Amino acid sequence: MTAPLLEVKQLVKRFGGLVATDHLDLDVRPGETLALIGPNGAGKTSLIAQLQGDLTPDAGAIYFSGVEITRRPAHGRALMGLARSFQITSVFPELSLVQNVALAVQARLGHSFRFWRDASSDSRLTGPAREALEIVGLSYPSRPASDVSHGERRQLELAMALAMQPRLLLLDEPMAGMGREDGVRMTRLLNELKRDYAMMLVEHDMNAVFALADRVTVLVAGKAIATGRPDEIRADPQVRAAYLGQK
Amino acid sequence: MASSPASYRPSSDMMAITVIVAVLAAVPVVASLVGDPFLVKIATRVVVFAIAAVALNLVLGFGGLVSLMHAGLFGIGGYVVAILAFHADDSSRLFDLFPGTTELSIGLPLAMLVAGAAAAVMGLVSLRTSGVYFIMITLAFNQMLYYFFVALQQYGGEDGLQIMSDLTLFGHAAIGRMSFYYGCLVALALVLVVVQRLINSRFGMVLRASSQNERRLTAIGIAPLRYRLTAFALSGAIAGLAGALLAAGQQFISPAEMSWVRSGDLVVMCVLGGMARVWGPVLGAAVFLVLEIVLSGWSTHWQLAFGLLIILVVVSLRGGLIDLLHLVGRRGASR
Repeated sequence: MTAPLLEVKQLVKRFGGLVATDHLDLDVRPGETLALIGPNGAGKTSLIAQLQGDLTPDAGAIYFSGVEITRRPAHGRALMGLARSFQITSVFPELSLVQNVALAVQARLGHSFRFWRDASSDSRLTGPAREALEIVGLSYPSRPASDVSHGERRQLELAMALAMQPRLLLLDEPMAGMGREDGVRMTRLLNELKRDYAMMLVEHDMNAVFALADRVTVLVAGKAIATGRPDEIRADPQVRAAYLGQK
Repeated sequence: MASSPASYRPSSDMMAITVIVAVLAAVPVVASLVGDPFLVKIATRVVVFAIAAVALNLVLGFGGLVSLMHAGLFGIGGYVVAILAFHADDSSRLFDLFPGTTELSIGLPLAMLVAGAAAAVMGLVSLRTSGVYFIMITLAFNQMLYYFFVALQQYGGEDGLQIMSDLTLFGHAAIGRMSFYYGCLVALALVLVVVQRLINSRFGMVLRASSQNERRLTAIGIAPLRYRLTAFALSGAIAGLAGALLAAGQQFISPAEMSWVRSGDLVVMCVLGGMARVWGPVLGAAVFLVLEIVLSGWSTHWQLAFGLLIILVVVSLRGGLIDLLHLVGRRGASR
């Protein structure tokens, strides 16, 4: 077996009395799509936040391609290739679509202490940015991000993540709040992307999860109660009782 | 901060800057036509405070940082020029080391350097906070600077410091009313062009993004602190330049120019003119200072009317006077 791309060991995060992550072990292998499912409050977003660096765990360790990143700041992890799309859409509202993505390109091209040249006409930034927008299917790149629909903003988030040239995509409910049609389109898009990227996917849409995931981990109260292939998870009585049965 | 990005075209901003500088350049001509040299004096004050307001707006409008210490930075610039002139006058040495000078080609860059360095040091502390805490810390720094210069008895303390000798620029007398005005205007034009380039550069994109969504910026791999700090130091240096020009123009600087109320005035100039554009605060400074003179001529309670006017503008025009220009422009175009 190859070494995992991401490895989580005995991770613990508490918010007061609430345990969001409870001695969790987890790994994502190179090229794999791991889906994370579980009821609301199971600690899925908290886990993503700890992996990306927004939250600091109380105990345990996180390794990314063999390097421990448990205490590394979020921007450092991003430059290593960890890209997160947020559950609640998070973009730069006053910038255009292409400027949003160009910032992600700019970040990986080294420091931004360049004071004179117009960034919006710099093809080293806008070129890859337009490419990423095209991949996710967003047209009219000079529209301001505040003026596009919710579904398009989700696509924009994905484009920003892709522009980072990530080695692992952390996707926190990429279909959240999307209409049925947009959701189907996003599933199709992710299905194409999974050939090129390793992903960790948090999603409530079970059709999407079972279509995309190579493996599924079920999180309940901060603990992984089961991990396995989608068909195994679907058949697991414990999982059905804890989660799937509720639906 | 509330801009409509769709209409954001750098070329139209350069056009606006050109028009503003051209209008200001015509003021002395108008003044001599109507025979009122006082106009040039007012215009000089407008230009000097416009430089300070544009400096503040770099961090306020584009960086989202409400700084209340810019009057302090402004005053530092003024004191650098005045203290250098003071030592030149009595041939003493500053810190027993440096001789004084009345030469502005040394005084102005030094004023920028000292104010910029002060902004960097105080920024290093204050930029670790955000929101109300940032405002309070910058306010505290402003008052520290104020009382520091009040306590400097050697340089006039509370009474301020008079510049006794004639200042020069590259050996030529620099304080003729006309030449000084045009000198200040050149400085304003340079500042406007530099800041305009800056906010559209890679650096500027990071600064603007940091005010819109810091969390997102970090998530794509950019930690905003050092960019904010650099912007703060640059902003401080330009504010210092403005203060140095004020001191040179009126041959005098006092702690009164550094009070926190003055910092608030600079914020009002930015909000009044419009923070979404580099040149917005120039409009704000002009309207603010002219209204101050006109209204104070009418009544001693002018600040009441002034306050009401500001409230009116801020409530009805969220983007400041820039919005008014847009409205007028749109009506003109639809005709």
